[in-house]
Amino acid sequence: MTINYKTVPSVCPYCGCGCGVYFEVMDGEVVGTMPRMSHPVNEGSLCIKGWNIHEFITSKKRLTDPLIRKDGSLKAVEWDEAIQHTASELKRIKEQYGPSSIGVLCSAKCTNEENYLLMKFTRAVLGTNSIDHCARL
Amino acid sequence: MQELKDKVTQALKEQTLDGLLCLKSSGGYILPCIVTSDNIADLDSMVIGDERYPIATILSAIVAKQPGKTIGVVVRGCEEKAIIELIKSNQVDANRIVQYGVACSKERAQLCSCEVPYPSEILAGTKVEGVSDNQLLSKIEAMPSKDRLSFWMDQLGKCIKCYGCRNICPVCFCEDCAMEHDDLVPTGLVPPSIPSFHLIKAIHMAGKCIDCGFCEQVCPMNIPIRTIYRKMGLVMKEVFDYEPGLSIDERSPLGELEKGLEAVAEK
Repeated sequence: MTINYKTVPSVCPYCGCGCGVYFEVMDGEVVGTMPRMSHPVNEGSLCIKGWNIHEFITSKKRLTDPLIRKDGSLKAVEWDEAIQHTASELKRIKEQYGPSSIGVLCSAKCTNEENYLLMKFTRAVLGTNSIDHCARL
Repeated sequence: MQELKDKVTQALKEQTLDGLLCLKSSGGYILPCIVTSDNIADLDSMVIGDERYPIATILSAIVAKQPGKTIGVVVRGCEEKAIIELIKSNQVDANRIVQYGVACSKERAQLCSCEVPYPSEILAGTKVEGVSDNQLLSKIEAMPSKDRLSFWMDQLGKCIKCYGCRNICPVCFCEDCAMEHDDLVPTGLVPPSIPSFHLIKAIHMAGKCIDCGFCEQVCPMNIPIRTIYRKMGLVMKEVFDYEPGLSIDERSPLGELEKGLEAVAEK
């Protein structure tokens, strides 16, 4: 069998900086992360999160399905059900307690466009200014 | 460069080599890769350019995961030294690697302030003179000890505990790292407990550090950590007349010390 090792250029997904990384892939498995030395953002450096990105890719703790709490415990459900449930609950809470009762947290792991969309949704649809990002948690 | 490519091509075709670890240029990136007989044409995009990656560390990971394979590796001066240290520490089997030496450019030597920017045999690149820069060390040594301590506490206090200096270090390979030990380095603190966090690594570097400068190169906070290891190196040289990375046969005096301790323990 031939030696199967390669490095794949990517961008760190943890925050908005966008540091350049290489993933080390051996026999189809991502086994390491290293900084891209001439990347204009990080110039060869990474923070502790960036150095360890490869660990979460295969983490058993990763969410793979949407979950809804039913009878006190989280149950995996289909996306349609999850979206339907979220929409009707947000609607109910807004009607019952007013828009100010809802707050939204977005994520630096999302794209600019996704975060823009969430901001629009929060202000225009939910009708509240209470939106913030994960770095404030 | 052609000589290097010809040698590797021949070795891959004759199957004396199963693969070559080198840097290649692809889509605007310089990246570490393995060239095998399946993708021999990749040798055309091989570079020995100015970008530096932890080749010795990658080599030791590949050798560990590919039992029975013989792996070629394109090495700079520092990487040759690192591989010598890895062989001495039983991290790489010398019989399973073939080294192809390349000389670094003047620019690279200056960036790294490298005293010996070439390996023992050179197949590509032009040998240039080394750069000796001990300005910071002399400056620090000229300080009164009180100022010296505050200099280092200020510098080490910048640390964001990314572990980059350890991750990139070609001679750091312990699976159980003292820098992650809860009793020595309490979790959840930034900066980590100083100066002990950095001194743990400094002590481990005595008789091992080959002064490649990778630790400083990847430090996001520009801490002149290499200066500490350099001083350790100078002490090793003065006291024990020992320099790591030069010979596979010459063992670190600290390794010998370990033997002495075992003897004491036996008694």
